[in-house]
Amino acid sequence: MKKIKWSKTTGKNTMTYGLVILAYVVLQLFGAAGLMSSSLKGMLIPICAYVAMAISLNLTVGVLGELSLGHAGFMSVGAFCGTSTAILLQNAVPSAPLRLAISLVMGALFAAVVGFLIGIPVLRLRGDYLAIVTLAFGEIIKSIFNNLYLGVDSHGLHVSLLSDRTNLAEGGSLIIGGPMGIGGIQKIATFTAGFVLIMVTLVVVFNLVNSRAGRAIMAIRDNRIAAESIGLNITKYKMMAFVTSAALAGAAGALFAMNYSTVVANKFDFNTSILVLVFVVLGGQGNMLGSIIAAAALTILPEALREYADYRMLVYAIILILVMLATNNPTLKSWLDRLKSGRRKAKEAI
Amino acid sequence: MKKKFLGLLLAASMVLTLAACSNSAGTTSSNAANPNPGAQSTAGSAPENTPTGAAFKIGGTGPLTGANAIYGNAVKNAAEIAVDEINAMGGIQFELRFEDDVSDPEKAINAYNVLKDWGMQLSMGSVTSKPCEVTAVETYADRIFALTPSASSAAVLEGKDNQFQICFIDPNQGTAAAQYIADKKLGTKIAVIWKNDDVYSKGIYETFMKKAGELGLEVVSDTTFADGNDTDFSVQLADAQSNGADLIFLPMYYQPASLIFAQANAMGYAPKYFGVDGMDGILSMDGFDAALAENVMMITPFSATSTDERTASFVKKYQEQFGEIPNQFAADAYDCIYAYKQALVNAGATADMSAKEICELMIEQFTTMSFDGLTGSGMTWDASGAVTKVPTGVVIKDGVYVSLD
Repeated sequence: MKKIKWSKTTGKNTMTYGLVILAYVVLQLFGAAGLMSSSLKGMLIPICAYVAMAISLNLTVGVLGELSLGHAGFMSVGAFCGTSTAILLQNAVPSAPLRLAISLVMGALFAAVVGFLIGIPVLRLRGDYLAIVTLAFGEIIKSIFNNLYLGVDSHGLHVSLLSDRTNLAEGGSLIIGGPMGIGGIQKIATFTAGFVLIMVTLVVVFNLVNSRAGRAIMAIRDNRIAAESIGLNITKYKMMAFVTSAALAGAAGALFAMNYSTVVANKFDFNTSILVLVFVVLGGQGNMLGSIIAAAALTILPEALREYADYRMLVYAIILILVMLATNNPTLKSWLDRLKSGRRKAKEAI
Repeated sequence: MKKKFLGLLLAASMVLTLAACSNSAGTTSSNAANPNPGAQSTAGSAPENTPTGAAFKIGGTGPLTGANAIYGNAVKNAAEIAVDEINAMGGIQFELRFEDDVSDPEKAINAYNVLKDWGMQLSMGSVTSKPCEVTAVETYADRIFALTPSASSAAVLEGKDNQFQICFIDPNQGTAAAQYIADKKLGTKIAVIWKNDDVYSKGIYETFMKKAGELGLEVVSDTTFADGNDTDFSVQLADAQSNGADLIFLPMYYQPASLIFAQANAMGYAPKYFGVDGMDGILSMDGFDAALAENVMMITPFSATSTDERTASFVKKYQEQFGEIPNQFAADAYDCIYAYKQALVNAGATADMSAKEICELMIEQFTTMSFDGLTGSGMTWDASGAVTKVPTGVVIKDGVYVSLD
């Protein structure tokens, strides 16, 4: 019994890896052949970032079972720290891919630290309370970046809050300018980097979920009291999932920011958190492949609907409702299940 | 069970009906009076990067939905009027396509790429500042000439030779406002309320404070607000009042300003107010008592009540078609299209040229020509892309703008 279950998850994980690689190869071939419109080309990197965001949030929502409404906050930390790193290293590290990699790691690191600090008070709460507090923290992070000034000159880094008191020496430059965010970013994010990020995210999440710690995390989700009674350290395992999720979101944020020439804190507001949550819910909680597909589809959808002009967002909303209804429709579900089992039987017959 | 299925069916049919009735809504205002039908046919077909040769394709992005929709729609509507007028005249023909960017840089890039696929030859940039900063980088890389009607931050122009503005850049407005207040001796003790998470507000605030310092204006109260706490201004107003400010400088858009007027009035505090071009539109705001804006002063390049013949005809047309009084954004967009027309005619450009060729011609034209529009006469541009036009101060008297000069 146990053996069958294992092979099922492994099979599903392999399929997820396979599909991501396949999508990457196909898109690269399309791009090389010049078949891709600039509209689609422009969306590839944001899609990668959103996919990584969705997978990382799915770790908190689907695997840990806690609703987080402030995930964009970690994305924001990653975006600002990662981009600042890239700007600071502009001369020291001439190779763009290497600089990008360092920035993503820095973004992830800072987001992990913030995730840890936030996790200390938040993870002692449960359910709705936790959700509300994460929401508040998301807004706090946004507020901080809206009032943060970071400059660099020959004397090193200067930081000030609320107003620009960095007093930079001659030749210095302001990196983060409060509400102006970061401007003049070199666009070093690439689709390949996005693909690598998704793969790394998947490897981290799948390995965590399939480890001893992962099973402990899921035990906490399914029955907290039972988990506690067998001696699991609830806060430790919760923290593990939460910090991992924050770090991955940070890397995604760094990638996202470096695809645009400017980034502002207001981009990572409550709406972005909810958007990512929609990807997770639509794709199915705990279902990574679902998150990937939902994130990609829902990023492309509003663009694909441009021809409807004024009705665009209305159509988008209706489609969203339709998909939610359809995926939760018992008739459709049983039909899909029958289809699946039918296929499996056919496979076995061969 | 059946009910759910019925619900699904109904929703599906709704999507289909919507799709059916909005087929052609994507492209707007394509050559109503154009004898060449070729221009229109490409709109719906596969992405095509070659010019059709019949009409210049002008594209722009702006917030048609969301919190800033009022600006995006004003620009879109006015640009449509201008394009229709020019197409009706014969001669140079334009085809306009305006895409929604919800004032978000991410969406703006998507919208820009859609326009690029469509074969845009000339760009109107983006309506708001942050999106325009990112689209400007793209137009620069793709060598598509861009003339933004309203994105006023300095970063839009920085380091790009093919990005131009119709509106003042933010820093100029702050300087001009301080100069105006000092020259006309409008106030002795000045309070400033500004929005500290908004690029527009902050840009003006900074240069205003700098210039005020140079001119020896006394700023007694300096308070801020941000997105989310922009409905209650009692703290800011109390601070201004207790410090004895007799003039409040408001570098912001008109929605928060309208609340400030109402709340100050309720407090029994009646200082003078001085606003910038974002204040324009306050008189046509729904549910706002225009009496509160009496005696408010502002710097704006455009006044809808002007007796100028072209302005009057534009305002009339706008009102007929869209049922509103056009604001300054609309006037800037109208000027944008006419400036393009003048430059294209001067340069002898033809619609079958590539975006790159047109771009070089336009850079040459815009840095040398002088243009008379609704928002100023004798407008000129320097190589950086910033416009030079005279800022005019107006004061609201009996619900109309009256020149301060």
